Amino acid sequence: MDILTLFVVIPVLTITGILFLKDTRQVRLVAVFGMGLQLIMAAVLVFLYLSARHAGNSDEMLFVKDYLWFKSLNIHYAIGVDGISVAMISLTSLVVFAGIFASWEVEFLTKEFFISLILLATGVFGFFISIDLFTMFLFYELAVIPMYLLIGIWGSGPKEYSAMKLTLMLMGGSALLLVGMLGIYFNSAPGGGQLSFNILEISKVSIPITAQRIFFPLTFIGFGVLGALFPFHTWSPDGHASAPTAVSMLHAGVLMKLGGYGAFRVAIFLMPAAAKELSWIFIILTSISVVYGAFGAIAQKDLKYINAYSSVSHCGLVLFAVLMMNQTAMNGAIIQMISHGLMTALFFALIGMLYGRTHTRMINEMGGLMKVIPFLSVCYVIAGLASLGLPGLSGFVAEMTIFVGAFQHPELFYRIVTILAVSSIVITAVYILRVVAILLLGPTTNEHFEHLTDAKWFEKISVVTLIGSVAAIGLAPFWLSTMIGTSLQPIVAKIIALNPF
Amino acid sequence: MSLGTFLIMRHELLLIAAALLVLIAEIFCNPDQRKYISLFSIILFGAITIAGFLPSTAGVLFGGMYVSTGTTLLMKNILNIGVLIVFIQSVTWLNKEENSQKISEYFILLISTLVGMNFMISAGHFLMFYIGIELATIPIAALAAFERYKNKSAEAGIKLILSSALSSGILLYGLSLIYGTTGTLYFSEVATLFRNSNLQILGFIFFFAGMAFKISIVPFHLWTADVYEGSPVNITSYLSVISKGAAVFILMIILFTVFPVIIATWQKTIYVTAILTMTIGNLFAIRQQNLKRFLAFSSISQAGYILLGFIGGNQLGMASVIYYILVYIFSNLGAFGVVIAISNATGKENMDDYNGLYLTNPKLSLIMMLALFSLAGIPPVAGFFGKFFLFTAAAQKGFYLLVLIAVLNTIISLYYYLLVVKAMFINKSETPIEKFNSDFPTRFAMGICVAGIVVTGFASVIFEVIRNLSFGA
Repeated sequence: MDILTLFVVIPVLTITGILFLKDTRQVRLVAVFGMGLQLIMAAVLVFLYLSARHAGNSDEMLFVKDYLWFKSLNIHYAIGVDGISVAMISLTSLVVFAGIFASWEVEFLTKEFFISLILLATGVFGFFISIDLFTMFLFYELAVIPMYLLIGIWGSGPKEYSAMKLTLMLMGGSALLLVGMLGIYFNSAPGGGQLSFNILEISKVSIPITAQRIFFPLTFIGFGVLGALFPFHTWSPDGHASAPTAVSMLHAGVLMKLGGYGAFRVAIFLMPAAAKELSWIFIILTSISVVYGAFGAIAQKDLKYINAYSSVSHCGLVLFAVLMMNQTAMNGAIIQMISHGLMTALFFALIGMLYGRTHTRMINEMGGLMKVIPFLSVCYVIAGLASLGLPGLSGFVAEMTIFVGAFQHPELFYRIVTILAVSSIVITAVYILRVVAILLLGPTTNEHFEHLTDAKWFEKISVVTLIGSVAAIGLAPFWLSTMIGTSLQPIVAKIIALNPF
Repeated sequence: MSLGTFLIMRHELLLIAAALLVLIAEIFCNPDQRKYISLFSIILFGAITIAGFLPSTAGVLFGGMYVSTGTTLLMKNILNIGVLIVFIQSVTWLNKEENSQKISEYFILLISTLVGMNFMISAGHFLMFYIGIELATIPIAALAAFERYKNKSAEAGIKLILSSALSSGILLYGLSLIYGTTGTLYFSEVATLFRNSNLQILGFIFFFAGMAFKISIVPFHLWTADVYEGSPVNITSYLSVISKGAAVFILMIILFTVFPVIIATWQKTIYVTAILTMTIGNLFAIRQQNLKRFLAFSSISQAGYILLGFIGGNQLGMASVIYYILVYIFSNLGAFGVVIAISNATGKENMDDYNGLYLTNPKLSLIMMLALFSLAGIPPVAGFFGKFFLFTAAAQKGFYLLVLIAVLNTIISLYYYLLVVKAMFINKSETPIEKFNSDFPTRFAMGICVAGIVVTGFASVIFEVIRNLSFGA
């Protein structure tokens, strides 16, 4: 069996293993074992990938495997990775691994919780390894549907409403996507011949521009819903706020990246001409996402809502950068996906841990936590600083690259929206610093808080894994951006060849 | 005519023999042995189902009245599988005290409707088609009124027979117009003589309306919910899966072979009715509390999706429809299996009664969820593949807008399917349905359904076989 398929097989085996267990402790151990193995596999994959590239293998995708599935429709189970997918797979395995530890204390229906969580992860891994649109779509929906149960059963607050809203909106996105995908498929052989779902094959032909004009918006919005594109972002705050900790982590950290990745890999890569033509509409929408999300975060008092709106802003930035369609900005977009994924997962993990202790998520009910639980508080500050783009942490690298890339556009329009988007950094600083000030510093407002205990061992594992990665990207960004950059080059070259600007 | 050519009708002959054998067995049974009739009938029918897959020759009988091709054989086999599951699901219910006198009637009536459907599918002449459709309908009305001591069941029976009679009347009127303008009722001759005259179009519209009654396409769906609710659950599942499937098959064959000349006309008809059927079926399903009514409206909307496979008149379309019916048999019978099991054990049929079901009966809840997800078209279960192929077939002919409307409709349907999932998994109840163990036949039937739901999608060979047996432009 090839290494990529293992990324789907290991979670499935883990689920099967959990299915036959009764004891909560064993369930947790098997989950940790499975996802730990997955993390090691991801490291192995990075190593294999880099050594293959080092050895001079310059194929667009590596480790490609192709099995014919439905012959008459030319549907394949086709997998392969480039630097971008490798980076996303590593991100996913990190966040899932941390998520398992963050949900160590789930008591109610533990077995079912871990099964759903790992099922979600299976969908995400499958999505990132697919290079066939059909399997990609299949895994995409597979990743969305366990969310309903995860939020509905183990969530908090208006969980039933949020779960339903999230599921229906994301499925609505996938509905548009399905039509877009069929449109791509039936236009994948304009000169006659075999139709194809394979991304690499479709990228070699140029889809007629009239078809592109119809199917690019469908595909882009379809993925955009998941990437919190304004005005389709409304599922995100409710969903994140109601979800249990690990699910928020996975959802904001990984699932929302499916949107950015798909918009880039499918919508723009396969239909660059329409993307160029229509990008201004979506650039305006994403700029709104970026700025509006940041302002929305200022107005919130619930920690999870703050972070959810901040995710809207940051994920908006990903789509914004992707739409700029040049090497630097796209590079930044990918780094931003990774960086935001780790950072926001860290945030949600910490919020979950704080909530588990203080039983509130309202910032005005907390205060002075730094004295009581220093470990968690310091971690929170680090997460915050990463989020507002402090140099030395991953957020800075990502945002810097994006804005440099976006500003390269000579046209006035691009420069204005870039300046608007840059303003979000300031707004982000406002809400992050405000939270840090009220929550962690200042006097302890509640007597009850004086007896809180600091992080337990499993919480530390979860948090340290994520902080380590955030800092690693911040301190050694070139390692990551080279890996992404070499994979981006052929894609960007194709786009630019089509529309020189 | 030699015996060999006579065996072209193997499916029908076997079924008739089976019905007669059950009848004879009934005569020689004393009251204590009656319950073995179920076992006997199921074994008999299982043998017939397997025999259906034996290689068979295609051919024409009775001067073109009866046509057997690879496609019709495939359709009959699919229906056989569905009926077998229905039979197995009925055992527990038939063993009840009040039904003990009527076991053999149940099997004989159901088998005779199936004979009717088989003749209908194999028809090469409108008269044969009409006889088949009547044979398939009238026994069903008796079955709908099976629990005649219940008002609702008796009402369901009379509603079904009246609406069928009306639809048959409309259908016959359409056929008479077609006969009047072409002078023939043979499918092959009508196909060549059919022109686009107004009278002929009128005849076609009447014919289509009559069929729309059988498939319960909006606006001819009004009988569906009441009949489904009133009938015994097993009959409801039969009506919603087998009757509908058979009518879909023959309508598709007739549209593809008899009316290809006016494809532009029936594409418009189907375009409108498909949108109406999906949307109205879905919107009404949202409001249902009784699960039988709920599944009735869900099955109306499913018929709307199935119409998407028709619209292109293409080979992929026919393949996707046949494949979808197969998937739909497993999914809908899976959902009905759970409803039947719970109805048998507790008599409860409302959605509220399912609150907290997962904590007491996890396996039933999981099967229900799987079946509903398959109906909604969520991967990785078979329903996803089925819907995907239907949409692909419509998109192949450029009906992208229709596909978009259909996928948006699947989101509505997902909403109400999730309501059931929510009841079972999320809602709390102070008086949940207590833990119970189903008997062997119920579990066996569910096992078949679950296996079907899981395997049919991934095993691409099934779709490829179906596609090779399909035809179309």
